[in-house]
Order: sequence, then C-alpha cells, then structure tokens
Amino acid sequence: MAASHRTLRFAPLDLGQWAAWSAFVIALIVAPLVFHSSLALTVLTQMGTIIIVCLSYNMLLGQAGMLSFGHAVYVGLGAFIAIHTMNAVTHGAFWMPTALIPLVGGFAGAFFAVLFGYVTTKKSGTTFAMITLGIGELVASSSLMLPEFFGGEAGITTDRVIGKPVFGITFGPQIQVYYLIAVWCLVCTAAMYAYTRTPLGRMANAVRDNPERAEFVGYNTQRVRYLVVIIAGFFAGIAGGLAAINFEIVSSENVSTVRSGAYLLFTFLGGVGFFFGPIIGAVIFVLSFVMLSEITKAWLLYLGIFFLLMVMYAPGGIASLIMINLRVAKYGKFGRLWTPYLAVIVAGIPLFLGIAAMIEMIYHYQLDSANGTVAPLFGLAVDTATPTPWIVAVVLVAIGCVLMRHASRFFKRHWDAAQAEIQSAIERSHA
Amino acid sequence: MQRTLGALARGSALAVTLGLTVAVMPLAASAEVVKIAFVDPLSGILANVGQNQLKSLQFTVEKINASHAAGPGITFEVVPFDNKASPQESLNALKAAQDQGIRYVTQGNGSGAAGAIIDAINKFNERNPDKTMLFLNYAAVDPDLTNSKCSFWHFRFDADTSMKMEGLTTFMAKDPKIKKVYIIGQNYAHGVQVAKYAKELLARKRPDIQIVGEDLTPLAQTKDFAPYVAKIKASGADTIITGNWGADLTLLIKAAKEAGLDANFYTYYAGVTGTPTVMGASGAEKVKMIAYWHQNVDQNAFEPTYVEFKKRYNDEFYATAVWTEMQFLSDSIKKAGSTDPTKVAFAMEGMEEKGTAAGDMTMRKTDHQLQMTLYIATWTKAGGKLKYDVENTGYTFRTDAVLDPYVSSTPTSCQMKRPAAT
Amino acid sequence: MERALEFFVISLLNGVSYGLLLFMLSSGLTLIFSMMGVLNFAHASFYMMGAYVAYQISVWVGFWPALLIAPLVVGAAGALFERYALRRVHRFGHVPELLVTFGLSYCISEFVQLIWGRAPVDYRIPAVLDGPLFTVYSSAFPTYRVFMMGVAVLMLIAVWLLFTRTRVGLVIQGALSHPEMVEALGHDVPKVFMMVFGGGCALAGLAGVIGGNAFVTEPGMALTVGSIIFVVVVVGGMGSLAGAFVASLLIGIVQTFAIALDYSFVTLFARAGVVLTPDSFGYPFLKLTIAQVAPILPYLLLVLILIFRPRGLLGKRED
Repeated sequence: MAASHRTLRFAPLDLGQWAAWSAFVIALIVAPLVFHSSLALTVLTQMGTIIIVCLSYNMLLGQAGMLSFGHAVYVGLGAFIAIHTMNAVTHGAFWMPTALIPLVGGFAGAFFAVLFGYVTTKKSGTTFAMITLGIGELVASSSLMLPEFFGGEAGITTDRVIGKPVFGITFGPQIQVYYLIAVWCLVCTAAMYAYTRTPLGRMANAVRDNPERAEFVGYNTQRVRYLVVIIAGFFAGIAGGLAAINFEIVSSENVSTVRSGAYLLFTFLGGVGFFFGPIIGAVIFVLSFVMLSEITKAWLLYLGIFFLLMVMYAPGGIASLIMINLRVAKYGKFGRLWTPYLAVIVAGIPLFLGIAAMIEMIYHYQLDSANGTVAPLFGLAVDTATPTPWIVAVVLVAIGCVLMRHASRFFKRHWDAAQAEIQSAIERSHA
Repeated sequence: MQRTLGALARGSALAVTLGLTVAVMPLAASAEVVKIAFVDPLSGILANVGQNQLKSLQFTVEKINASHAAGPGITFEVVPFDNKASPQESLNALKAAQDQGIRYVTQGNGSGAAGAIIDAINKFNERNPDKTMLFLNYAAVDPDLTNSKCSFWHFRFDADTSMKMEGLTTFMAKDPKIKKVYIIGQNYAHGVQVAKYAKELLARKRPDIQIVGEDLTPLAQTKDFAPYVAKIKASGADTIITGNWGADLTLLIKAAKEAGLDANFYTYYAGVTGTPTVMGASGAEKVKMIAYWHQNVDQNAFEPTYVEFKKRYNDEFYATAVWTEMQFLSDSIKKAGSTDPTKVAFAMEGMEEKGTAAGDMTMRKTDHQLQMTLYIATWTKAGGKLKYDVENTGYTFRTDAVLDPYVSSTPTSCQMKRPAAT
Repeated sequence: MERALEFFVISLLNGVSYGLLLFMLSSGLTLIFSMMGVLNFAHASFYMMGAYVAYQISVWVGFWPALLIAPLVVGAAGALFERYALRRVHRFGHVPELLVTFGLSYCISEFVQLIWGRAPVDYRIPAVLDGPLFTVYSSAFPTYRVFMMGVAVLMLIAVWLLFTRTRVGLVIQGALSHPEMVEALGHDVPKVFMMVFGGGCALAGLAGVIGGNAFVTEPGMALTVGSIIFVVVVVGGMGSLAGAFVASLLIGIVQTFAIALDYSFVTLFARAGVVLTPDSFGYPFLKLTIAQVAPILPYLLLVLILIFRPRGLLGKRED
C-alpha cells in the first residue's frame, strides 16, 4: 500500500541557475587571488558589503515597487549599533565573536525598520517616497546633534581584533576580513534569492503590480509592505555591521541622504527588474567612488551623464541590457548582431574620446592652470593653451556624431529584424 | 716609444676608471624621492580650501627641492588624494598610499578625518613595524588629537582650539569695553569645543564678562542667519565669539551688517579661502581673527614666498603651517640622516626652529603639538603700511596684538607610547 | 518690553521674507508636479543656475538686466531638458522621470563648477538696494529683504492672473486634469507641458537671481535648499499653489521664531522641580533646545503631515 502513496515528481536540473551560482561562489573565492594589491582587496571587500545593501534596496524598489529615499538610515543605524557592540565586547561587557557582529547589525536594522516602517508604509507611491525622504533627513540631521551615540563629526571607532584568535583568525589582516564578508555576502544573497521565491516575495510583486487586485485576493497591502521593509531593513543592517568591521569607523555620513541617493542611483543603474541587477550596480558603485575619482577630476560629471543616458535609453539598467542580448542569443540570432555592435563601438570611440578630451581639458584649465597649461590626457601631454588639441577634440566629436548616426541606424535595422524573427519564432511555437 | 705607449695605456686606464667612478658616484649617493600623500577634500563644499592648500604644498615642495633643505639628493613629491572630507574615504586614500609605498601623510581639513587617520596609522604601524608611516597635521584643531588620542606618529602644526581660545581670551581680557559676549557656533565637535573653552577661559580671566547667549547651528545648513542676529541683538551683546568657517561665517557676518548689528566678531577662520571674498566690506573693522600668520605681519619672513605664490596662482598662500611642516620635515630628515619615519619622528619631537615664517617655534615633545606665535588681526581697508590685500577685495588684515608662544601654550594630558628608538 | 516688541516684529519680518523666498522656489516645483506628476529633483539646481547666470550677467551688464534675462535663460534650459530628455522618459513611468531629474541635478552641479570654479563667487546686492530701509526701535530691516518680499508677491499675483484670466492659463488648467481631452480639442499638449516645465524652472531661476546675492552663491547652495522645498510642496499639498504659499510662510515663521526659544525638556523638567543630570536616561535627547532643533522642524512637520493628513494642508490629490 505504501507504493500507491508515491507520486512522480520531475524537476529538471536548472543548469543556468547552477552555473550562475557556482560562478558567483568561485568569483568570491578567487577574486582576491587575482587582484591582490592592498587597494584592490579593500575595493573587493567594500563591494561585498554594498552588494548586500543594493540587493536589500531592490527588495523595496524593484520587487515591491517602493521608492525609498532613506535606505541609508537602516544601513547606517545597523552599523552604529554594531560598532557600539564591538566596543562593548572589547571592554568586556559580554562576549560575542566578531563573525557574528553583522547579525547584531541586522537585528538593529530590523528594529529601526519596525519603528520607522510603521509610519512610512501607511501610504504607498510618491507619499511613501516623500516620507522616507523626511525621515532620512531627520536622522541625518540628528546625527550631528547627538554626539553620544553618533560620535559627532569624527564618528565612532573600534578595533576589530577582539580577544584571542580562533583557529588563527584575528580579522586583523584585510584578507581575513574579505573572506568573512564574502561568506556573509553569499549567505545573504542566497537568503534574499530564497525570499523572492516565498509567498511573501511573490505577494510583494503583486502589490507592486496591482495593489487593488492584491487586496481583492485577500492580502492587506499595507501589512505586506511593512513586512518587506522589515526584512529589507534586516539585510541592510547586516551590511552595515560588515561595513563597521571593515572600516573600523562609522560616522554620520553613513546615514546621510547623499548615501541614500547613491544606493538608489546605483541599484537603478544595475537594473531593478532582475535579481542580479543590483549586484552589477554595487560593483560599479565601488569602482566609481574609489577608483574613478582617482583617474579623473571629472568623475562626478561622467557619472551624471552616464546615469542620464541610462535612464533615457535603458531604464531597465545594465541587467536588462545583458538579458535582452542573452535572449537574442538564445534564439540564435546573435550572429547577425556582431557587425552592428562593432559599428556602434567604432563610432562611439571617437565620440567618447573627443568629449572626454574636452571635459578633461576644461577641468584642467579651470583647476590646474596655474601649474602650467599642459594636461595629461590618455598618457599624452597636451598643451591646453594652444588651439590644436581643442580643434582635434571638436573634429573627433563631429566625426563621432556622424558615424554614430549611421551606426545606430544600421544597428537598429538589424536589431529590429532580429526581434521580428524571434517574435515569429515564438508565435510559431505557440501555434 | 714603449714607455710612452705604456704611459698612455696606464693614463687612459686611470682616466676610464676615474670617469666610471664619477659616472657611478651620483648613483651611489642616494638620490631619494620622498613621497608625501596629501589627503584632503578636492571636491565638494571644501574643494576650494583643499585645492588652495594642495597648491601651497606643491609650491613649498618645489622651493625645498630647489634648496636641497633635506640633504643632497633628497627631493619630495606630493601625491594628492581626494578624501571628500570623509573619514572613511580618508582610510581608502591611506590604503592607496600604502600600496604606492608612501610613508608620509599630511592632512588638515577636518578633525574627523584626522582622527580616523591617526587611528589607522597607529594600527598599521603596530601591525607593520618595518613600514611605519608618519602623519603631519597642518590644520585639524581638535584638542583631543594631542590629548586623549595623542600618538607618537602624529605631529600637529596648527594651534589647537584650546590654544587659540587661550590667546583670544588673553587679548579680550585686556579690553574693558567687552562686557557681554555671545557665542555662536556650528553644532558639531568643533563648535561645541569653542563654546566650552570660551566659557571656561573667560570665567577665569574676566569673571565680570557676561555670557549673554549661546547658539549652535547645524553644519552648513543654515541659509538665513537673520533670526540669530535678531537674537544676538536682543541679548545686548557687544562681542561675538565664533569658530564658524565657510558659508556659516560669511552669512553670519553679512546678516549682522544688514541688520546693523554693532558688535565685534572674534573668529578663527576669517582668512580661509573664499571667506574674504564674500566678507568684503561688510566685515570692515568688525571682524577679528586669531591665526598663526596673516598677509601684513611685521617681520614678514614669508613675504617673498607669498608674493611669488600670488603672482603665479592669483591665490593667497595663508596656510603657512604647510610651509612650517615641510621645514620641520626636511630639517628632521637632515638631523636623523635618514628618511625612515621612525627615525625622523624621534628627530622631530622637541625640535626648535627660530626665525621661521612666523617667529620662533618649538615642537613640544610631550604631545607633538607645535608651540608658536599667534596674531590677533582685524579686517580692514588695505592701503599704506598694509601693503597686501586679500583675494583682490581691497581689504586686508591689520595686527592688533602679537602673542608669544607661552601665551597660547596649554597643558596636555597626553601619555604617549613611544616605540623602541631605532 | 520695547526689546521684546522689537524682537517680535523683526522676527516676524524675517520669517515672512524667508518664507516668501521659499515660496518663490517651491512654486515652480508645485506647478510642475501638479501639471506633470513629476517631482523635479533638479529644481534646486535650476535655482543655483539662476544665481550663477545672474552673477555673470550682473558682472557684464548689471543687476537689473540680470533680473530679466537670467530667469529666461534658465527657463529655456528647462524647456530644452523637457523636450529632449524628460519627454523621452515619460512613457517609462514615474520612477524613471524622477531619476532623470536626479541625474540632471548632478550634471548641472558639475557644469556650474566647471564654468565658475569651486569657490563662492562675489555676487553682490546692487548699491541702490543695499542698506537698511527702516528701523524698528534699534534694529534695521534691510531694503533688500523688502525687495525680495515684493518680488515674491508680484510673482504670485502674476502667476495667479496668468492661470485664471488668460486663455493660456485656462488651457493649462484643463491639461492638468484632462490632458487627452484638451489634446482632442486641438491644443498642443506636449508643447503646453514643455512651457509649464520651462516656466517652473524660470521661477526657480528668478528665486536664484534674488536669493543668490543675499545668501552666498556657491556650488553647495543647491544641496542646502534641496530638501526644504520638497517639504514645502508636500506640506502644502502636492498640486496646490495656495498650499505651497501657506506652507512656506508657516515654515519660515516657525523656524525663525523657534530659533528664539532656548527651552528644552531639561528646562521644562527643571521648572517642574525635577533636576536632570548627564547620567539621566535619554539626556542627550532631552537637553536639545528648541533653537538647536529649529532647522529640522520642517522635516518633523513633513513626517507628521504625511502620517495624519497625507494630502497636505490644501492638497487636492493624494498619490
């Protein structure tokens, strides 16, 4: 009789998912071995924490449709509680291993989410956005007024080497901190992915798409949003705790509205429609802030222009660009796109070089002219006082514009053709 | 013939050897480039101040390299890093500097960043005693940095908040016309400390002076100072003490002039980049400052350097602490006979320099705080003996008092942990 | 007694003049929002642009031409942005619209620094408007503040007349609630949108011309006013010009008077006979005086309004 209770289940092995997750794990393990300078290690560590932040932010923005301008509040407050805990442990108040400190940050983030979320999730849409802005500003302004908790302008510092080493791990060297953060990053990413598969995750999507209908089905949309904020706050707090361990300092800028704006910007750049989008956004975040600002003085301008272009032409973010190309590849149509892509790149190079040259020269003229008019440009020394480089730049831009026009038309023709073929292929398979 | 050939051969061999030795000698004598990381805001609200001080440092390094002040073959190079006024970004900059093998760091704009750098360098030097780094602080004035947070690896070349207040209050104590004082500041550690020391020191030196009011405004957020000026007026104050800088100072002074407030301002930062331009006529004869140098000090040993800087950049070289720190650094390297930061630090503490850009100076050994002359100056119209006007405004500073080092010297609670002398 | 009256009158005048400047700034934002549903994050950047352009024109020609030309320049820039960027993004939804203005604010800030440098510029009040106009007992009230108030009131009247008395205004009001119908009637609704966006930006530019020389013109000026104008718009009611007027006056006056109040919970408890020391629980919160908290009162107000009356004081629609 036992045999009749057995049911047949067939779940095909999702090779794509396995490949993606394995690649992620391997990348986490191998990255510091490939990039091993001290700066590179710091960058990788920061990427680990920001990935968690951006993923938690996307739980609100992409998955639940809640635009929040105050996410740094949960990250920052989690970081502050974590660093105070570390100081308490150093002074012997109680015992807690450093590796579990992020959990303290997580619970702190969740606590504040319970507190603030009750107020913010009463409404949705633009009202929600405004109220998160207000709370973000409130917390940011109070951070300098309450130096006992926030440490004033200098912030709160700590030493992450607490107590005796366990298995020789003290978390003093950066590489150990990196692997700690990599483990947490993996665990949190997996947890957040699992969340998207839960009924709550799915209902959040429903509330985003059609709140009225969700109510009809019997779910309290406000309750759903509240729970989403709490869970997002939990993960944000974990990231804050990790940042506290990594930097050994937390200051009022961790809760600032500028930070919140940056999380929003880069999550959106990465792509809010896909789970892995914010991961890309986080990587770009850290690279721009830490490395781009050392390469050029005009980094903020480049970032602004890039962001504008992305919003105008690819609002789904970089993730969407990857996915639509993957889709074309899946249907075997990518072959015809190689040449158009090449054309666009070839057209784009002079355009980009010309514009970048002009921007860099103007910046040099503005800021450095007293040290001489010669500016370093792509490894060449260019004298900005003479008209030659300017003329060259203008010519480059002009050529680039003309080429781009043709190239983009060429590309569009082939792209549209590919899309049409895919469409007909889909219809045929449905018939 | 044999003999001449032999002599020729020997002669040429000698000549070749000598020539080779001479060619190799400069390589043998250490031609060393000492890199200095400049970590300060180069973008954001303090960008103009940071850029000015970077230029000052680069100019100073150029002059010192030309004069070989640190010894033959030793030159300096400035490597700028933009810390965006953030303590966390300063740590990233520090890591990047460590990667490039830079052993000397200088910074000044923001005691928060300075504190973070001291902490990080302490930990780094403890974990890497063979790659020690040294921190030269030219403007971060939180007294804690040479008291509770004092460190062997940190040297400060600006007078801290308590020292400046000590000097200011000594000057104020001699003025019988000051009866009611109002204290206004920015609501963070600096403003709070200015208020604290002002009250403490005035109570000691002139207990009859009444503190008629105290206000703290959020940093760089207030646009409209008119309500505060109205409050000051209502309190009847004749003097205002403020540690404000930037827009918080200029807006306050402008609002005071607009409302016809007849009170004197005693400030720390009236001479910093950008403030004189906006202050202009509204501050004339009303704004005083305490500083380690200004454009019209008597016995201005710094005058030629200042004039050349102004001609080249059309900007003011007022942060002479940058010059002072490089002077101390090159002299310490010469004295220690080495560019190793540990040896240089031991040489630098206790060092004295006489007749520098601003009088006699001593680097106090106990806490690594420079003891220096301070000037109290009033903002006034340029002309006559006041040769140099500030930022092309037609206005400049005039000395009211010269305070010898002992006047502004304050005690310290520093218990410095020194490494083993190498 | 005299001193208290003097203080009261001056504070009232200060509060009203500051409130009117806030209104000039936020009126454009309200207009744009009520028309297009777009929260223009770059609004404060247009304010900054207005101040810098006015500075440049006043250096070349003079202040009075700047008063006329700078708002037009800024309005044109806004209209161009709407035509080429915002319109494109409109079909993607509200979030991308908001984000594109967000990106624009970064770009404007960088452009301004590129052209005029990172230091504050010496944009001065014209000599004829400098100095006190009248004195209340011993306090002088500056002429320029009166001028500011005058311009703000004139602007309000002009905008109100435009909306209610002219044909263009009626079309705009129609397009506000029924854009498709208005388009069906033959009006070029996208062009109306462009004009309204440009007009809103021109108003911000005008505020910049007026405010830039009273308050310092520097690259950070957009950040300091950025959040406050959102508070005004939300508290007043998104979509209501009268609401923005009331809200800005309210915020201006409350903030100005709050600065005068040096009371905190500690003093309150002390009055009741309870002495609090630094060891008492929550002391850091309790020792904050109202004067110290004054700058964050608008945000407190924002949060309270959104909890208890989300459509704002005089708002018509709630989103």
